[in-house]
Amino acid sequence: MSDNHSQPAIAVSGLRKSFGDHVVLDGLDLTVRPGTVFSLLGANGAGKTTTVNILSTLIGADAGDVQVAGHDLTREPDAVRSAIGVTGQFSAVDNLLTGAENLRLMADLHHLSRRDGRRRIAELIDQFDLADAAGKPASTCSGGMRRRLDLAMTLVGNPRLIFLDEPTTGLDPRSRRTMWQIIRDLVSGGVTIFLTTQYLDEADELADRIAVLDHGRVVAEGTPEELKRRIPGGHVRLRFADAHGLDTARTVLGQAAEDTDALTLRVPSDGSLHALKALIDRLAEHAVEVDELSVHTPDLDDVFLALTGNPSNEKVTSR
Amino acid sequence: MSTHALAAPADPRFHPLRDSATMLRRNLKRMLRYPSMTVMLIGMPVVFLLLFVYVFGGTLGDGIGGHLGAAAGRAEYANYVAPAIILMTITATVQGTAISIAMDMTEGIIARFRTMHIARVSVLTGHVLGSVIQAMVSLAVVTGVAVLVGFRPAAGLGGWLAAAGFLVAVTFALVWLSVALGQVSKSVETASNLPMPLMLLPFFGSGFVPTDSMPAGLRWFAEYQPFTPIIETLRDLLLDRPLGDNLWFALGWCALIALGGYLWSRHLFNRERAN
Repeated sequence: MSDNHSQPAIAVSGLRKSFGDHVVLDGLDLTVRPGTVFSLLGANGAGKTTTVNILSTLIGADAGDVQVAGHDLTREPDAVRSAIGVTGQFSAVDNLLTGAENLRLMADLHHLSRRDGRRRIAELIDQFDLADAAGKPASTCSGGMRRRLDLAMTLVGNPRLIFLDEPTTGLDPRSRRTMWQIIRDLVSGGVTIFLTTQYLDEADELADRIAVLDHGRVVAEGTPEELKRRIPGGHVRLRFADAHGLDTARTVLGQAAEDTDALTLRVPSDGSLHALKALIDRLAEHAVEVDELSVHTPDLDDVFLALTGNPSNEKVTSR
Repeated sequence: MSTHALAAPADPRFHPLRDSATMLRRNLKRMLRYPSMTVMLIGMPVVFLLLFVYVFGGTLGDGIGGHLGAAAGRAEYANYVAPAIILMTITATVQGTAISIAMDMTEGIIARFRTMHIARVSVLTGHVLGSVIQAMVSLAVVTGVAVLVGFRPAAGLGGWLAAAGFLVAVTFALVWLSVALGQVSKSVETASNLPMPLMLLPFFGSGFVPTDSMPAGLRWFAEYQPFTPIIETLRDLLLDRPLGDNLWFALGWCALIALGGYLWSRHLFNRERAN
């Protein structure tokens, strides 16, 4: 691939960070190729935001070599800052200013001329559907609109490398879709995106490569397809009215994981129509009463269980 | 694809003046959007002024002026207390500075500024300049009210200009100190309390009564604390009296407080925040 010839947009090796005794990043290695979307996927507390904070020069690392946009992070933080744009997890808009004033502030800080600034702001208002937000204080805008304004502010300076820290957390499904489309448009314009998320479908939807982060380490990395291939597969979940039904079904079906409290059975299955019919036929043959049947395709819970063997108490959310 | 090459920064230089002007505009807009803060900052010294002139003024003026009677005493005291109230306007403004700095630091936009290629100090200088302007407006209002209630300054144009310049210097110094206090506060509530001693210091000086009426220990403190030479200089300028050594002590204190406040603020702003 031609991208192999160019310098990586981000190159991280042996990155470590602790807050007191708490080790947050425990030897992180990452390479992000220019013009791609790289997604860092992990549960809350896995170290995603810390990674973004370090790569975007907000906080220092304890150890490790980091190159961002071709510049050494510790030696040339200012060069890094002028190449990147950051939209963090928490809204970075000025609540007392209007949408247009917020964008104007960014244009002024990027030292755009009055004319260029006005043009860029008009473009962004149009592109991000911010006409409603332009004239009123940001504090009165909806969550989705604030997030779009936030991202538009990041884009005023035309950064070639953008960090998006959980850009859709807390958004309603429609705003989420809009945000995804915006991200796709950015990538098609040649921008490199470093995206953190706790949603598998989001990473699947957007990312060229995904790194799964767990306790400050990358436990798996690859394209979405490569990662899914590593997952044992989907399952069918059966819920029964009573323990008797559960017992019978377990005897009939053999290979299955049961949960006696919830009266459920997890039967490995690829979820195909054929497999489902076979399953239902067998249950019917033995007259097992099933209250509820649901098909589960491989999701990040499965990835996590498969890759980390972690119990589900801090699992990643998949929707 | 070579078009993905990450462009070198177009302009690697910093523009502290331009960025400070931008941040100043931001802060002035914020003040206009949130006018109740400014109103409160002006209201407090006005309330104190009315309280001291009309409630305490008759008796205090009588004591200071030497048995003039309540009405003449009140007129005398209005002249005595006005410079202290003017100074109090500044300490009220810087309390507002600490609050708005602390509010700002809790907002994500400061994190955004930190990841941008801008002159970092401009985030703070924007606040400082904004507060100095806010203080000047408040000072004009409070001085006007003081004249209405009987303050009769004797200064000519030169004296007024000198007084205005002196007040800018005092404000500048106290604002820098307050910028540090606002940053060191973990919450907005703390930020509103920390500058409280600044509000009280004029009382423990020559602001409201002459220091020679105080007990020995307190008098020693009152005479050497920074607010006494500042108030005395302001009195001399406004009442057109000859300036003594107080001017140099006052300017010395201002320089010291400004420098200390600036260095402390810069250090605090550059420190790393865990979250």
